[in-house]
Amino acid sequence: MNSRRPAFRHPDLPKNDLGYTRRDYEGGDSTLCAGCGHDSITNGIIQACFELSIEPHRVAKLSGIGCSSKTPAYFLNKSHGFNTVHGRMPAIATGANMANRDLLYIGVSGDGDTASIGMGQFVHVARRNLNMVYIVMNNGCYGLTKGQDSATADKGSSSRKGRPNPFEAIDLCEMAVQLGAGFVARGFSGDKEQLVPLLKAAILHKGFALVDVISPCVTFNNTETSTKSYHWVRDHMEASGTFDFIPERQEITARYEEGATQSVALHDGTVIHLHKSDNAFDVTQRRAAINALEDHREKGQILTGILHINETLQDTHDILETTDKPLNALTQEELCPGNQTLQQIFETYR
Amino acid sequence: MKKLTRVNDFVIRFANVNGSGSASANNLFAKAVFRLGIPVSPKNIFPSNIQGLPTWYEVRVSEQGYLGRRGGYDFIVAINGQTLEKDYDDLLPGGYFLYDSTRALSDHFKRRDITPIGIPLTDICNREIKNPKLRPLLKNILYVGAIAFLLDMDFSVLTDSITKQFSKKPKLAAPNIRCLELGFNYASEHFKDVCKLSVKRSNKLSTHILMDGNSATALGAVYAGATVAGWYPITPSTSVIESFDTFTRQYRLDETGKRKAAIIQAEDELSALGIAVGAAWNGVRSFTATSGPGISLMNELLGLAYFTEIPVVLVNVQRAGPSTGMPTRTQQSDTLACAYASHGDTKHVMLFPSNPTECFEMAADSFDLAEILQTPVILMSDLDLGMNDHVCLPMVWDDSRQYNRGKVLDREQLETLTKDWGRYLDTDGDGICHRTYPGTHPEKGAFFTRGSSHDEHAVYTEDNDAYKRCMERLTRKWQTARTLVPKPRIKTDDGTAAGGLILYGTTAHAAYEAVEMLGKKGIALDTMRLRGFPFQDEVCDFIDRYGKVFVIEQNRDGQMRTLLMNELCLVPDNLISITHIDGTPIDARFISQSIETELSKTQPPKGGAL
Repeated sequence: MNSRRPAFRHPDLPKNDLGYTRRDYEGGDSTLCAGCGHDSITNGIIQACFELSIEPHRVAKLSGIGCSSKTPAYFLNKSHGFNTVHGRMPAIATGANMANRDLLYIGVSGDGDTASIGMGQFVHVARRNLNMVYIVMNNGCYGLTKGQDSATADKGSSSRKGRPNPFEAIDLCEMAVQLGAGFVARGFSGDKEQLVPLLKAAILHKGFALVDVISPCVTFNNTETSTKSYHWVRDHMEASGTFDFIPERQEITARYEEGATQSVALHDGTVIHLHKSDNAFDVTQRRAAINALEDHREKGQILTGILHINETLQDTHDILETTDKPLNALTQEELCPGNQTLQQIFETYR
Repeated sequence: MKKLTRVNDFVIRFANVNGSGSASANNLFAKAVFRLGIPVSPKNIFPSNIQGLPTWYEVRVSEQGYLGRRGGYDFIVAINGQTLEKDYDDLLPGGYFLYDSTRALSDHFKRRDITPIGIPLTDICNREIKNPKLRPLLKNILYVGAIAFLLDMDFSVLTDSITKQFSKKPKLAAPNIRCLELGFNYASEHFKDVCKLSVKRSNKLSTHILMDGNSATALGAVYAGATVAGWYPITPSTSVIESFDTFTRQYRLDETGKRKAAIIQAEDELSALGIAVGAAWNGVRSFTATSGPGISLMNELLGLAYFTEIPVVLVNVQRAGPSTGMPTRTQQSDTLACAYASHGDTKHVMLFPSNPTECFEMAADSFDLAEILQTPVILMSDLDLGMNDHVCLPMVWDDSRQYNRGKVLDREQLETLTKDWGRYLDTDGDGICHRTYPGTHPEKGAFFTRGSSHDEHAVYTEDNDAYKRCMERLTRKWQTARTLVPKPRIKTDDGTAAGGLILYGTTAHAAYEAVEMLGKKGIALDTMRLRGFPFQDEVCDFIDRYGKVFVIEQNRDGQMRTLLMNELCLVPDNLISITHIDGTPIDARFISQSIETELSKTQPPKGGAL
């Protein structure tokens, strides 16, 4: 990666539990437009991984094609990355995850990459509950081909091209809930305070975790008439409720008033305390999540935050009953049954 | 009329309605011949349908060991009313026509050159079998019993087979054996000394097995250490993965009973290959199996794997195209589609197995090859090979063999790296570079895989020279591949052969038989069986040796001939295409007759050399 940033590091940069600084989670320089929402999400991913003390080389970052899918080059330089083909990241991620269940898989996609060309793969990776974080950098348009509407563009919204989009919008979060995804959240690239905890919770969730991040395209879709512009999202965003994040091993010091929070324990022992607000609903219930999304849609609002969590689901490895050892660590002795067995097998072919 | 009179040398065709359980009854017969030590070749010619359409099952019995299709039928068992007339017409003169005489044949069935054998199968079943649900199934067993008498077979082989088959459900064995006896007895009472074809126990088979190619391929993948399979169901490849599933459930469990394999039925073939590519990228041996329509969809991911240099194995069990084509009929019509699959400049390594032994060996080898070359390897099987049972010798796994995982840097090697490392940096001139698996080392060896243009260090580039260097290195790698793929099998005589014959895959048995047939007529041909692509010098040398070379293949356009011409810059006039395209396996008589016809066209007036 050709980074033009100086290699110098201030000796007092804060370090995480592993002794890494935030710098150790950075990547190459972004080549996206100045002000692109995607760069804020990139920073959110860096921050979340740093704060969670994730070993950078134990992450595999994958993407499809499009502006969003370029971003894995801009974070986690010490991780292997795979910029695949348009809409096919979920399949590649599935195979990669099957090969080594011990890595963290971060997939980055866009609204075109997911909601159009990759819809089939998105649906099925959610269905098989692959243990991965699936981030959609959702700007409602095709940036790299200069601003065509995407399938998540709201009906009536118009980009710089000026023609209102005549088609219904696909809500990836609502769909993911319906598909049985165990973690569904929506963030906004302009709200780092909310986004970083959402990403952290998604990383800690075991199974498929969708984080749909509204991420304005400053060049093609940040107009007065677009519902994916910075000002529109700021004006119409409603959080499902703020939440505290108590990692495993950390003593719970805050006191929660009875009935005011909903607690959900994640797979690794981390507990999420969701504060109830006007927009709050039971995030463990699929029906409640879908109702909340529909209610806000009808009001022209964008519901953000954690929308659904189900920690009881089996991931793909559980379903397939694969061995605990990563498949790519199995030796020939563990894989090859040997000639004697082969000759026994042939007895059934006589 | 002269009745066909032969021992252990005939072709019998069963004409049934599909979904009636006929395939297992007919297989019972074929397996009995096999167990009597006689080379046998069953071919199931079935429709893309579950119930109600015509289906045929051909069994060639050949003491001499000819395992390809011969052409023509000596004995027909006509159980399907829909095709009765055609089956009747297809029978060779002197042949035998066994039919269900519960309904009399109509007046226009009046051939005088055949022997009709009417057995009231339905009547007997209705009378003897109380459970009406069992009647259609047992009717098939009934005619097998009758055939056993007509062909003078050792009856105990059949009853033993039934006992073995139903060892877990002995209650079901009894009615089956009874039906065999009913058929046998009816034939012995009514058709004594009628049939002059017979089956005699032989010693032509020793340790042989009767196995389908798809199971052998799956076993090869198990033995090669494949752990991840992405797939999408498609005839005729489905049983590759289903067998892999069965074998791994038995032979790939850890001490707690968990599986050392992950098999994912994907949403489509794009995803199926994508899963295999992602897994291979992450350091396991992975594969997928598909057929023509799947190949079309997989083009995109094949290009990705080629350009990013990810070792993946693709099993293509070919069927008749184009488009949906004939899903249950065989062809070799994906040769070109696979050789150059995907957009841009791409080429893929292909292997051409011609029997289950090679399915096993080449499947196992393909994982080594893919990892050594870091590129997709396509195993070009077909429906005939994949789904039919073939007599072959049992394969042997050399327990001292070590998987060759190719150039992969482990943690230790990364730690002690002294030279500059780049994922696409060729350090020794063979076009193959060192790769690393994700998660290997905290500081070293990470790189970014991308289907877009990249330099030696895997960094995105649009630099024209860097792009060109990469593409030229891939050509160097292709030259390395030429030295590694299996060489052709060349059979030359004493140098007097007037021409050459090129074949590959399942054409082998029928082609070799045809060459013998032609040899008896004084037409000597040397043969070359292609086993891998890219082609080696031997291939070129063979073709150069003869004025005329016949290329035998099972597709319309002579795709292998085109590939040879294209890759070896050959003069097309010297290559004569013999193509068999109807979707049934190619047969020896067709090949020999086609060559004779070609020769009569090109024969100089004085009858000189070819």
